[in-house]
Amino acid sequence: MISISSLINRLPGGIAQGLIWGIMALGVYVTFRVLKESDLTVDGSFAMGGAVTVMLLQVNVNPAVSLIVAFLAGAVAGVTTGLIHTKLKIPAILSGILVQLALFPINLHIMNMAANVAINLDKVNLLISIRKVPLTILVCFIVAIILIAVMYWYFGTEQGCAIRATGNSNHMALAQGINIDTMKIIGFGLGNGLVGLAGGILSQYQGFADINMGRGAIVIGLAAIIIGEALLEVIFKKGCSFYTRLAFVIVGGIIYYSAMVFILWLRIDSNDLKLFTALIVMIFLAIPNFKKGKE
Amino acid sequence: MLRIENIKKVFDENTVNEKRALNDISLILNDGEFATVIGSNGAGKSTLLNAIAGSLMVDSGKIYIDDIDVTNMPEYKRASYIGRVFQNPTIGTASDMWIEENLALANRRGQRRGLGRGINDEERKYFLELLKEFDLGLENRMTTKVGLLSGGQRQALTLIMATIQRPKLLLLDEHTAALDPKTATKVLSVTNAIVRKSNLTTFMVTHNMKDAINYGDRLLMLNNGRIILDIKGEEKKSLTVEKLLNMFEKASGEQFSSDAAILG
Repeated sequence: MISISSLINRLPGGIAQGLIWGIMALGVYVTFRVLKESDLTVDGSFAMGGAVTVMLLQVNVNPAVSLIVAFLAGAVAGVTTGLIHTKLKIPAILSGILVQLALFPINLHIMNMAANVAINLDKVNLLISIRKVPLTILVCFIVAIILIAVMYWYFGTEQGCAIRATGNSNHMALAQGINIDTMKIIGFGLGNGLVGLAGGILSQYQGFADINMGRGAIVIGLAAIIIGEALLEVIFKKGCSFYTRLAFVIVGGIIYYSAMVFILWLRIDSNDLKLFTALIVMIFLAIPNFKKGKE
Repeated sequence: MLRIENIKKVFDENTVNEKRALNDISLILNDGEFATVIGSNGAGKSTLLNAIAGSLMVDSGKIYIDDIDVTNMPEYKRASYIGRVFQNPTIGTASDMWIEENLALANRRGQRRGLGRGINDEERKYFLELLKEFDLGLENRMTTKVGLLSGGQRQALTLIMATIQRPKLLLLDEHTAALDPKTATKVLSVTNAIVRKSNLTTFMVTHNMKDAINYGDRLLMLNNGRIILDIKGEEKKSLTVEKLLNMFEKASGEQFSSDAAILG
């Protein structure tokens, strides 16, 4: 039976997941919007963050520490993509696909060849958990604000500006003496670090890591970014600051997952959702191209 | 000072498309010398510029800037000595970044980029004064994204960025070719003012004979990867388009094959 109360009951869970995927989308933002590269590493680095976190929790590592390791694991994956792209001169999108593929067995090995590993929630005390949705929302909200503040600071530094310049024009960056290879490697590393962190947070929230948990992550990240940007355009016609842009990536994630909750509430099969997501992202990515064509 | 010794570059070697883009070029450009470089399409002008800048590595020969051997130095390291403006106005600046952020990036050319602020208040004041001098109407738009500027404004800004830290060598790669004639003239006069004021060693590639004649104190003409004309001093000052065309035909035994260069 479809009932309004079941929709309302499910909404907080949607918001919690939206925040987590919004944090992941901040990582996608670094590669997609700052470096202006399509990085498909994220599907693998997201699952890697989850796998690393769950395995560390099994040996009683502090949950916060396990998330830091998840960040580092994701960053290593991103740096690998960056190295393949810049040193072996393989297009970024292909480099990402190669690393994503390579990460599948690596993640399996991390999880001792199990496709799914659960956290013993009776033994581990987590702040982020599906059993404590309101607390999860609060904690993820604080984490998101801290990440946005750090990103705002970093992209205002000399190095951050150099990464932005590299994304804008390789020619310009080189002419200003910027080592664009290094900047790209740092950018891929940072972006995938955030993605790995989000994977770790999601595994804590849902209480398990799954080898396929990152499947389609790039598309969800893009969906969060473009929903946020569409909203920004409506609200701030004259443009806005970088931290507002980042905040709206998180807002985009929350809206996306709230919409998912609503669609699932309509009893639409969750597997069919991916089809809708792909269609929506395709349409939103196409709109600016047609606007440009008219000008 | 720029010193080039016997540089060669061959594209598609040992194929039917083999092209000797730089065929044993040697050149010395003295301090403060402003050379214009002209040649028909495919003569090797841009290849030579790219070889000097490091966008392209030569097959053999040596390139020195102020007696520093830069032949094998990667482009981003060479940039400490070189200011550069491109033909395409959209690639010389960062579109998504503000005017002042672009200037700050250029102000750090050749320096290590750490975790210090990307731009500080002192720089903001300095950039404002600097842009006022040029009177391009940019000084009131310091926090405007460069992507919103016109092509001419972007080229002028790129030029200011290329020279904000005095370069040992200024490379201009047909930097007015994508602009309308009026804007091109304005950008060229700004170019001339900057070059003369700071007495910059300059290498300006152009496809426009009149510009090559009117600006600079030395004219180099390239053909088939060689420097076939090198005109300086009084001879350069009294040069006209007809004289230049005659000299070209004598030197190369061919007709000059670019209408744009003659008519433009």
